[in-house]
Parts: sequence; structure tokens; C-alpha cells
Amino acid sequence: MEFSLFPRDLFADVERLQRQMQQALELSPSIRGFARGGFPALNVASTPQSVEIYGFAPGLDPKNIDIQLERGVLSISGERAADLPREDERASIHAHERFAGRFHRVISLSDDLDPNEVRATYREGVLHVSIKRQESALPRRIDVN
Amino acid sequence: MDERDAADRNREATTSDEPSLLPPVDVLEDEGGITLYADLPGVPKERLDLHVDGENLFIDGQIALEMPKEMEATHVEVARSRYRRVFALSREFDTAKLTADLKQGVLKVRIPKAEHAKPRRIEISSV
Repeated sequence: MEFSLFPRDLFADVERLQRQMQQALELSPSIRGFARGGFPALNVASTPQSVEIYGFAPGLDPKNIDIQLERGVLSISGERAADLPREDERASIHAHERFAGRFHRVISLSDDLDPNEVRATYREGVLHVSIKRQESALPRRIDVN
Repeated sequence: MDERDAADRNREATTSDEPSLLPPVDVLEDEGGITLYADLPGVPKERLDLHVDGENLFIDGQIALEMPKEMEATHVEVARSRYRRVFALSREFDTAKLTADLKQGVLKVRIPKAEHAKPRRIEISSV
């Protein structure tokens, strides 16, 4: 099911995804919405069988990531330790742009998801959550007699 | 063909026009040198190009995610697949002794100061 894409293809994909997302946003604004910004940045995509969430959350300990799915609402929380020491006379901080501290993001997904079929992996700083749709929600071919 | 065209062509040859993300960084300087942290989530080691050219430090990383087929985006906050950022260094840094480490999407670069550039306490002798 999983495969690696060539960089070119991935980029084309990303552009396509962005277009589709704009349409999706206009069509179905949710009250919980998808507040932009914040940590981690999220990309969400769907396949006929599942919903795929990618959280761009570098430098975490996977043990400190808390993921919950309740009635189609996914919540991702945790804490990111700061790498920078306190500024003192021996060290000066020239740039401080990276996020540090506690984070919590909530996104509203579709309600046909199976809470027992959630798989999460953390690789190269990206949290990938894959949630299967419920069997009953999958499209089925109906035979005509 | 004027000079500007030549410069443009040169730039095209050395860089790509592909739009990129600007990775957030932390930069810390102490007596011994500079430490830089950059967030590059999704970039594996083999897709990271870190190099020094003249007095510039270049960070260039490509996101490589495993994605299922038939995927349709419903929400995208990371809409590019490449990170790029350039920093100007000064002469006092010894780039030959630069060390770098990429762990879970965080790049850590340490550039020590050249020996002659390290701060020294100057003794004042009284006559």
C-alpha cells in the first residue's frame, strides 16, 4: 500500500493536494474547523479506505505524543523540549524561531472512522496517523438479481 | 546578451526555481562557536544537502513521505516538499571543523570558532 515517490512526483502531488484542499475548505467548513498555524503543522488526506494525517512535529520523543480519537475528532498533544539554554553572559541567542513547550491540536475528521483501527508512526520528525473507515461505510457493489 | 541575463542563467544553473519552505531555526553563539538548530521534518539524511560555499552555509532538504495511493488532500498546511535556507558566515568560523547531526527532523550544526578568533582575557600588568 505504501510506496516512495520521486521528488518531482511528490511536488506535483502536493500542488494537487493544495488545490483540492482549497475546494474542500470552501465546501465543508466545520465549526471546529482547521485553525491554521500552530504546532505541529498538519496535512490531512483521505483515501476510500482511510484518513491519513501527517503532523510535522520534529524533535519529539514518541512516548510523549498523546493521540486521541473520539467521535471523529482527533486530538494530538504533547510537549517539545527547548534545545536552547537560557541566555547568559557566556552565550547569546541570535535566532529563536522554533516552537518549544506544550502543544495541542484538535481536528474534526469524518464520522465514519473506526476508532479501533488507528495506526500511528513517528519517523524523521513526522507523525503519521492512519485511521481506517468503518466497514459499513466503505462503498460496496450491490448485485442486481 | 547583457550581464544580467548571464547572472540569471548562472543562478538557474546553480539553484532551482522550485518554491521552498523556510525552515525555522534557533541560533546560539558561545565562546567556542555557533550552534544552529533547524526544523526539517520529513527529510531523511540522504535527502539533506548541507554545504559551505565561500562564506555561506546552505541548507537544502527534500521531504520524502510514504503516502498511500489514491490519496486526496482535504487540508494542507505544508504545501511544499523542499526546505531551503542560506546563512552568511564570517571569517572567524572554522567551517572545516563543522559537525552536523540530523535526528527526527531536527538538524543540529556546530561551527567552532577558529583558534585566533576565540575570546581571550587580556592581562593588565601594573608597572
